[in-house]
Amino acid sequence: MTEMLSGGDMLIRALQDEGVEYIFGYPGGSALHIYDAIFRQQKIEHILVRHEQAATHMADGYARSTGDPGVVLVTSGPGATNAITGIATAYMDSIPMVVISGQVPSDLIGSDAFQETDMVGISRPVVKHSFMVRDASEIPAVVKKAFYIATTGRPGPVVIDVPKDTTDPSATHEYEYPSEVNLRSYRPAFEGDRTQVNRAVQALLSAKRPVFYVGGGVIQADAETPLRELVKASRVPVASTLMGLGAYPGTDEQSLGMLGMHGTYEANMAMHEADLIFALGARFDDRVTNNPDKFSPKATVVHLDVDPASVDKIISSDIALIGDAQWVLNTLWEVYQDQESQRDEATRQKQRQDLDQWWQRLGEWRSAHGLNHNLEPQKDQSILPQLAVQTLYRVTKGEAFVTSDVGQHQMFAAQYYHFDEPRRWINSGGLGTMGFGLPSAMGVQMGNPEAVVACVTGEGSFMMNMQELSTCLQYGLPIKIINLNNQALGMVKQWQDMQYGGRHSQSTYSDSLPDFKTLAEAFGHVGIRVSEAMELDAAMEEAFSEKNKDRLVFLDVWVDPHEHVYPMAIKGGAMSDMILSKTQGAAS
Amino acid sequence: MRSILAVLLENEPGALSRVVGLFAQRNYNIESLTVAPTEDPTLSRLTLTTSGDANKISQIRKQLDKLVEVVRVVDLCDSPHVERELLLIKVRAQGDARQEVKRSADIFRGQIVDVTAQTYTIQLVGPSAKLDAFVKAVEDSGVDATILEVVRTGVSGLGRGDQVLSL
Repeated sequence: MTEMLSGGDMLIRALQDEGVEYIFGYPGGSALHIYDAIFRQQKIEHILVRHEQAATHMADGYARSTGDPGVVLVTSGPGATNAITGIATAYMDSIPMVVISGQVPSDLIGSDAFQETDMVGISRPVVKHSFMVRDASEIPAVVKKAFYIATTGRPGPVVIDVPKDTTDPSATHEYEYPSEVNLRSYRPAFEGDRTQVNRAVQALLSAKRPVFYVGGGVIQADAETPLRELVKASRVPVASTLMGLGAYPGTDEQSLGMLGMHGTYEANMAMHEADLIFALGARFDDRVTNNPDKFSPKATVVHLDVDPASVDKIISSDIALIGDAQWVLNTLWEVYQDQESQRDEATRQKQRQDLDQWWQRLGEWRSAHGLNHNLEPQKDQSILPQLAVQTLYRVTKGEAFVTSDVGQHQMFAAQYYHFDEPRRWINSGGLGTMGFGLPSAMGVQMGNPEAVVACVTGEGSFMMNMQELSTCLQYGLPIKIINLNNQALGMVKQWQDMQYGGRHSQSTYSDSLPDFKTLAEAFGHVGIRVSEAMELDAAMEEAFSEKNKDRLVFLDVWVDPHEHVYPMAIKGGAMSDMILSKTQGAAS
Repeated sequence: MRSILAVLLENEPGALSRVVGLFAQRNYNIESLTVAPTEDPTLSRLTLTTSGDANKISQIRKQLDKLVEVVRVVDLCDSPHVERELLLIKVRAQGDARQEVKRSADIFRGQIVDVTAQTYTIQLVGPSAKLDAFVKAVEDSGVDATILEVVRTGVSGLGRGDQVLSL
């Protein structure tokens, strides 16, 4: 006999049937029938945040670190609008997420009712798709479609707007969770085009100066294994985007580190001088290419993306590989081995020599202007933020999940923490959302309860969602917050130093910062403050000590407020046009 | 480059707003837009004219295709096609002008669909350029005729021959 359930119960039951572990949310009038359904079940745990934006970032961090979609539940009106920033963040980075928003009852929609807002309308530009439930009986099918759309093809957030009357506990409906989805207008790619793969492999086998340009799409598709095989076998260097860090091991000698606006000298020079750019799950973002007209003048471009609209959008490709990154990379690896084995020895020898020369140039770039990963603390000197990240890396043995906010600390973390595994580096790359770091770390910790989770942040970003320290206490989340405190909005200040004659318009507030140590203590956590370089090691060790294993530790690191992030791309230039330090201008 | 995009769309609430929103959000231009349900009531067909270089048109098509409710997109300008637009125009014409306006309407194979002592309402069907030419002819007629109102439906179109846009 089919079960008869109310709309609210069907919604939660559908989430259970979808395998959802956690809902991140905040209750309110329009969502109360749903919250009652949550109360009357045990399978799904609801995490009560202190602000809806944090719920979306938590779900996002959960999704990025586990690969499973994050689920958010908010009420109508302000609950829904507060979720928008987090939805937009997930949208820009293609993160699978399902956001359920309560809505005023159907007969009040359009009447400017209390806490009414047009959620489907307001979220439209930042969702992959959205649904408005018209009738309670639709709920199971809508939930099934929402998860299918959120997780397939190019993933993204999907909103389900649920008018209160459709969750009415007094009206019951037949419940059956659909086993499959039928959407004639939505056909995501699960494979790719083998002919194009053949062409791409030919290009790879004849290149003299190839480079793999690896983005977040490889991580999303869990395609790191064939990538690593292909990279190792082909001896091609790997430049990673901010979102792609960890797809290929950061400590491997073939890794050039991050490319782009604050990428390494060697990665950006390699991109500029390459004769083959093999883009994998990356979208030629403006923070990567600098001026597209001056982008890599000599290169043939191969572009793999699951989204056809990403290909030929900014940079025209010579060989388009549209399809699922895992399928395409597996096929690339298979075809590579096949074609490689058929090469005659002379051809093989020729490419070996070309690659030897290429690696010699890469080595020269690296030794001329590569980042210094062996910084030493100096007595009586302030702490360099780079040293703080390097110390974090050493103390956590490079194995932590690291989330970040947005600004200088984000770039220092990306440059100085080497990620050897995918899904360990969690940050808002596309939207650049300050306030993302702490709640996303919470989501990471929920999804990976045994893991060490560090949030590298700055005092500006941290204060955008610091109310979540209370949520951390409630759920016992032992996150380690590394606050690179430069008493200013560092990246804004850097731009003002470099482009606005040092006029620090609205970027400093040093007289009014809280004492973060006692702030953390007031929330029931451990606070540590360090401002001497020679004491940094001990402070970092303490933060990650056995004693603090189950505690949230806020490590307030007072860093040199004058430090800038380098290299930095010169606006309007090619990727090879970089400022390398306060005293070294254009390098190329 | 002018482009006439024919789009099959799920006939669902909110689907049209996604199409229109996409154009606003990505700074694409819509010159005309017409939409109505098809013989299959679950589908709407939308015809949209826009312009841009080949890259831009290609992006527009891909972005439209990405919308979950869009079933199919074709650019009618890629191959031979028939395009039609309907125009209704109300003209004040007195004295000699009445004959002149009527003559122009006949030349353009327009039909007078309403008449008063001072005005004609004329209906004209054809490609957009023909409608433009008729409006200009009335404006430039040199007689005492004044255009009071113009309304156009926007372009509808179909591929010629065996080409069919369907599921």
